Amino acid sequence: MLTLSVLHLLSSDMDRLAAHLDAKLASAPEFFRGLPVLIDFEVMAGQAVDMAALKDMLVARKLMPVGVRGVDEAQRAAAEEVGLGLLAGGSPIARREEPSQSTKPAAGAAMIVRHPVRSGQQVYARGGDLVVLSSVSPGAEVLADGHVHVYGPLRGRALAGVQGDTEARIFCQSLNAELIAIAGNYRVSEHIREEERGHPVQIFLDGDSLRIETL
Amino acid sequence: MARIIVVTSGKGGVGKTTTSAAFSTGLAKAGHKTVVIDFDVGLRNLDLIMGCERRVVYDFVNVINGEANLGQTLIKDKRIDNLFILPASQTRDKDALTLEGVGKVLEELSQEFDYIVCDSPAGIERGALLAAYYADEAIVVTNPEVSSVRDSDRVLGILSSKTRRAEKGEEPIKEHLLLTRYSPARVQKGEMLSVEDVGEILAIDLLGVIPESKSVLNASNAGVPVILDQQSDAGQAYEDAVARFLGEQRPHRFLSEKKGFLGRLFGS
Ligand SMILES: Nc1ncnc2c1ncn2[C@@H]1O[C@H](COP(=O)(O)OP(=O)(O)OP(=O)(O)O)[C@@H](O)[C@H]1O
Ligand SMILES: [Mg+2]
Repeated sequence: MLTLSVLHLLSSDMDRLAAHLDAKLASAPEFFRGLPVLIDFEVMAGQAVDMAALKDMLVARKLMPVGVRGVDEAQRAAAEEVGLGLLAGGSPIARREEPSQSTKPAAGAAMIVRHPVRSGQQVYARGGDLVVLSSVSPGAEVLADGHVHVYGPLRGRALAGVQGDTEARIFCQSLNAELIAIAGNYRVSEHIREEERGHPVQIFLDGDSLRIETL
Repeated sequence: MARIIVVTSGKGGVGKTTTSAAFSTGLAKAGHKTVVIDFDVGLRNLDLIMGCERRVVYDFVNVINGEANLGQTLIKDKRIDNLFILPASQTRDKDALTLEGVGKVLEELSQEFDYIVCDSPAGIERGALLAAYYADEAIVVTNPEVSSVRDSDRVLGILSSKTRRAEKGEEPIKEHLLLTRYSPARVQKGEMLSVEDVGEILAIDLLGVIPESKSVLNASNAGVPVILDQQSDAGQAYEDAVARFLGEQRPHRFLSEKKGFLGRLFGS
């Protein structure tokens, strides 16, 4: 189990940051490829950060910045400008308002994909669930802020609750994933047990450990 | 209006050019006016396999640049009526092709021909994308090994997202799987993936299985598309595949090891 998705920003100097990251990424480039990251600004209060440059720098390194936390007002506005949402939790400022009526996404909030998700492709259901009616190939990646359902074989990477929703789950007909993750808690293929492989399962968080349960 | 067929794979050396030559020949033999285009600018070898390398005057890039017209550039096949070759340039680099230029040439060819077969370069970069962009159908050439299957999968993703049909939201490109260099003996030993394994991962229509065969190399050395070698297993397999492409139902052959005389004698 790994939780590597939070990037604690300690400096606004992009060159230093880039050098630092490159050193880190070099240790396991394949693992970090396409990894969704949450950028933590806790110690950066009051400092101006070039959000666009920061985002580009991460994207250029094949990371996927998905949100920010611990931002001040100015940083928050700048983050929104470049499409990075604020994540509740660990934030010194007001939490983002949760939808008060219900925690269920409104009908129609789920994204439905009917075709196979092929190697090299990425599908992200922002703000809701993702339903894949076909297969997810090795080298493909499916992500959702909510649940992920895969009705064909799941052979690629599946990440649910990528904005930090610990209630999110992954449901699949046949588990053969390269990586599964819920709210930043990861398990790679090597650590998926034989008896869970190829079976219909659901995957959810139990405290902070990932559980795989056959259906 | 012609149907545009791209022969593509992602991974290099899997048999795209061999297939382009065989397919275009088979379509022409069946009476369809066909042109085969070499998109592998800088590495032309379709003309070698078609046995017309000594008749190349102008090439695809000349046509795009307006330095020659199609009438001057197309090479008529000596063996088969209805078959023409548009060779690639050996001297230019791959940036000589532009999306607009390719579109214009295909448009003009479409008026004349029933089928346009595009022999794609390897890879998933610009050259491969240009070859696939305007396609109506795709023959995804795959060898029974993990890396080739992975690359084919990747190409299928590109076909469904980065091509003209995808961008215009039209009916998607019709995808066909052609499994080549298939060796039943090696599948049996677990050294290669089986048809079923590959089919399960790629999940597209299986157009044919071409066996690994010495006749392919012999044919390309002689400059004769292997489909014209009707004695050979690979030639027959290509003929079946073309027939299926044209709507005929034919059982798949060459999926299991053929037993030689001694093999049969000893029941092994
Ligand atoms: N069925 C087959 N049996 C045996 N050899 C084959 C077969 N198909 C192709 N080959 C051989 O494989 C090699 C590559 O074939 P070919 O040039 O058609 O591949 P390609 O995909 O066009 O390659 P490139 O990516 O370089 O354009 C050639 O030497 C060819 O003779
Ligand atoms: Mg070739």
